[in-house]
Amino acid sequence: MNFLLLTLIKVALVAAVFLTALAYLQWIERKVLAHIQLRPGPYRVGPHGLLQPLADVIKLVTKEGFIPSHVNKFFYVLAPFVAVALALTTISVLPFGPEIQVFGIHTWMQLTDLKIGVLFVLAVSAVSVYGVALAGWASNNKYSLLGGLRSSAQMVSYELPYAVAIAAPLLLLNTLSFREIVNAQAGFYFGFIPRWSVFQLPFPQIFSFVLFLIAGFAETNRIPFDLPEAENELVAGYHTEYSSMKFAAFFMAEYANMITVALVATLLFLGGWHPPLPGAISNYIPTAVLVLVAAICFYHGAQPYRKWDRFTFPIAGVISLLLAGLFLVPLVQPILMPLFWFVAKAGLLLFIFIWVRGTLPRFRYDQLMHFAWTFLFPVAILNLLVTGLLVALFPK
Amino acid sequence: MDAFLFLVLAAIAVVSALNLVVQTHPISSALSLVGVMGSLAVLYLLLGAEFIAAAQMIVYAGAIMVLFIFVIMLLNAGGERLTRRSAYVKIFGVPLMALFLGLVSFVIQAALPRGEMVVFGAFTHGGPADIGRSLFTQYLLPFEVVSVLILIAILGAIVLARKEID
Repeated sequence: MNFLLLTLIKVALVAAVFLTALAYLQWIERKVLAHIQLRPGPYRVGPHGLLQPLADVIKLVTKEGFIPSHVNKFFYVLAPFVAVALALTTISVLPFGPEIQVFGIHTWMQLTDLKIGVLFVLAVSAVSVYGVALAGWASNNKYSLLGGLRSSAQMVSYELPYAVAIAAPLLLLNTLSFREIVNAQAGFYFGFIPRWSVFQLPFPQIFSFVLFLIAGFAETNRIPFDLPEAENELVAGYHTEYSSMKFAAFFMAEYANMITVALVATLLFLGGWHPPLPGAISNYIPTAVLVLVAAICFYHGAQPYRKWDRFTFPIAGVISLLLAGLFLVPLVQPILMPLFWFVAKAGLLLFIFIWVRGTLPRFRYDQLMHFAWTFLFPVAILNLLVTGLLVALFPK
Repeated sequence: MDAFLFLVLAAIAVVSALNLVVQTHPISSALSLVGVMGSLAVLYLLLGAEFIAAAQMIVYAGAIMVLFIFVIMLLNAGGERLTRRSAYVKIFGVPLMALFLGLVSFVIQAALPRGEMVVFGAFTHGGPADIGRSLFTQYLLPFEVVSVLILIAILGAIVLARKEID
């Protein structure tokens, strides 16, 4: 098929899925946080608040886009665009699955594979601080300015352990292209331990993985490192003066960065789309999980707790069974299985992001800087040195 | 396509560089410099120097310029006021500038080897592996000397800053 047409279709598909995932990640975050705090969370719009993201989008789009009189107009309007554009860029070099065949056309489940894919991700994350810094400065508000200053200092500081933590697994995998990174993690030790970077010999990258996640929390301004928008000190930090779509742009950028960090961690450390179990067993796991979900649904449907449960639970059960059957169809299995494992791993990491937000308190600002420079960075360097030494001593 | 991209990005780089000088506010100037760095990075990419392009974005457009902007924001520097130009500048400014540019372009043309045209896509050894190999074999000594030099500069900066605090 025509390269241009194929690329356009893939871009449209990826953009649609990514933007929907952004909106629903926010719903999932609110739900998980609510359940951690023993509340139901969003419940009114649609069943279990499932249409809440849609309502939020409509609300944000139809709100008045208010520009305060004292701001630097050009940079005030530019900042959210920079933030969201850079946040959405990284997805274009990340693969979601292996080469597949649809209607006789061979294509990779990836928009484009760069030889310097990892460096591209680092470059975009290095530049993405401008959105936040500019927003803080252009708002001409002391709280915004403090938020912008904090965020630029924080992101420059945490960029170092972030990059060094990425460098260590690259020594093992010996490539910078994401496609080859995932290929280098295929296979199993002794037939059951997957050769993902976190388990790969000569030096399992478990420390790099933890360092990467900690630095990733700081890079995405998430709790416990969300000092740029610490609401008890800075109102809302750098986006205090923003409303409607311009505020939504910052919001989207934050969640897009979160998804990007989770996907990069999955690709670099958790073996991308490779299954955790050898052989054909792993192909039946999604079916088994979905059948279990269906069984639970039917059980609760038979013993209704609320009035509508006898209808809603069986419907959910039937849908689960249909999905379970879909994973067994040989025609779509090679497409769905890699996607399933990829999304499962990235989803687990995103869950950890939300879990941490519901669990940990915020750092103090001096603690944040102290932690980066006196603990995280030296440990990352040490980890890199040990990895380099072991890779040099035990070449493949 | 390559030539078209080159023209567009070269134009962006030149306009950003001019804007850097013309703007009166430090933040606008700093961001124009980011524009110059970014378009240069894409030009490197067009020439096949992938690693240099990525390093340009990470180090220059990312780390260094973020520090510039950080300092400008921290000092809250306002726009600079233009003073009236002196009579000498008004008379001799433009001719001297033209003379200087002409001299520079003449020297560059005379110094460069002749007869070799740049071909887009002809250079394929710009990947990280090639750069790393030549840095650690052919250019090992200069590479290590530069790293020691940078270390000395960092230590010097710390010593100077310490003196002021004490």
